[in-house]
Amino acid sequence: MINLTINGLKVSIEDGSTVLEAAQFLGFPIPTLCHMEGLEPYGACRLCLVEIGKAPNAKLVSSCTYPAQEGLVVRTASSRVLKARKMVIELLLASCPQSKVIQDIAAAHAVNQQRFKQEHEDCILCGLCVRMCKEQMMAGAIGFRGRGENRSLGTPFDAKSEECRFCGGCMYVCPACQLRCTFNEPEKAICGGCQNLSPPCVEEEKFDDMMCYMSPCVACEIDKS
Amino acid sequence: MVERAVQPLKENDEVTPERIRKIIDKHEGALGGLIAILEGVQAQFGYLSEKALGIVAQETGRSLVDIYGAATFYHSFTLKPRGKHVVSVCVGTACHVRGAPAIVSEFQQRLGIEVDETTEDKEFTLKTVNCLGACALGPVAVIDGRYFSKLKKSDVEKLRHDAQEGYDKAEGEEDPRIFPVDVGCPFCNHSFMDSGFYINGRPSIRVTVSFGDKHGWFRMSSLYGRYDIFSEYDIPVDTVSHFFCPHCHAELIGSWECSSCEAPMVPMLVRGGGTIRICSRSGCTGSDGHMLDLR
Repeated sequence: MINLTINGLKVSIEDGSTVLEAAQFLGFPIPTLCHMEGLEPYGACRLCLVEIGKAPNAKLVSSCTYPAQEGLVVRTASSRVLKARKMVIELLLASCPQSKVIQDIAAAHAVNQQRFKQEHEDCILCGLCVRMCKEQMMAGAIGFRGRGENRSLGTPFDAKSEECRFCGGCMYVCPACQLRCTFNEPEKAICGGCQNLSPPCVEEEKFDDMMCYMSPCVACEIDKS
Repeated sequence: MVERAVQPLKENDEVTPERIRKIIDKHEGALGGLIAILEGVQAQFGYLSEKALGIVAQETGRSLVDIYGAATFYHSFTLKPRGKHVVSVCVGTACHVRGAPAIVSEFQQRLGIEVDETTEDKEFTLKTVNCLGACALGPVAVIDGRYFSKLKKSDVEKLRHDAQEGYDKAEGEEDPRIFPVDVGCPFCNHSFMDSGFYINGRPSIRVTVSFGDKHGWFRMSSLYGRYDIFSEYDIPVDTVSHFFCPHCHAELIGSWECSSCEAPMVPMLVRGGGTIRICSRSGCTGSDGHMLDLR
């Protein structure tokens, strides 16, 4: 067992767990996008950022790839984490606004602006389909190609793959393939149909950390009415 | 890795599983062996063809997507056949402000191709690189592994002409491609320069050579591009010798192989950054008997 502190709570967790598994097991919500049980953690989407260590040396790490360590101090919902997470969501919205999965995450985190150049990509390079194809379907038909802004997903040489069995697993896990309900307004970056209010404990009461981890938060619900 | 001229595919350069198996066997078990294998395949066949990658996947048991991913990730790998001469123009920040875009467009005009294209006669391939680490000398271009510095638009036509003629034919005392280098041991960093023995009017490079039961000194010209050598014992032609640092006695050996004769290349550190590699086979004067890699 590993002893660590999550949001001020001293907990112990099984050896070999990641910070994300520990936090989710204890009920602290951490949003994820490129994480899926049964697939290797990949750390591509950066949504699961948490703050580790004590100020002034605290740093942001992706919890899905960070192994829990003895004595680690983790904060899953400090103002710094929430700010960074909102920025990540904004960047995701900038590249792929038609995705329902991303819009849902944006709504749940009260992201109501998108300040970057709007693009309409088909892919956010989260690597879910690549891992699904390789690890669960044992096919390895698709993979990443190129690098930097030319990075893309597909089969080698864009040729019909001999490994592919048309199982559809890649499409099943793809967050970009699920279209949002208001896709007839694609120029609008934020769907906003079901947006929550942001946690008042952080933004209005100026506490540094989120004060409750109910989802949705009771205070927020009361505030709304 | 420096882009080098590649020999056009000859009759016997057919991609066969046996030849690729030979390359793989040299690297099997080494960590990161895939890159070394792909480098070997590219050195032998000039580029990574679909067929070659398929054979690598089959022989190593890795999936083709992983191999294709690595091959497309690194700039040094090419999936298209290249011309006989590879022209890489630096378009890094320093070269850019010193006029690299004009050099690139001049090459495009003279060769009649765009960047990353090959001329129809398969003579030239034009590429751009983002920095060669020789910013003070900008604009810089590398043609067939040779560096050309402080380029002007008016130099381009001569460079094209010389490259096509072949550097072995182009001669002249004020040859800008022959320049002095100071080298040292890559392991102990001691200088190899021997000011007690001059070759071509410059201190020679002294190392220890060993072949058969002979063990003695070996001196060579420190002018890059010259092949004058002196040795305590005459080394018979076609012998692969071992070279050692005269200071720390470490064997000068790396993981590179001569692309002409496949003998191991001998690495030496260039003062000011970079490495120089010479072929360990006596008499091998393949296009890269000397290879300079200023990194």
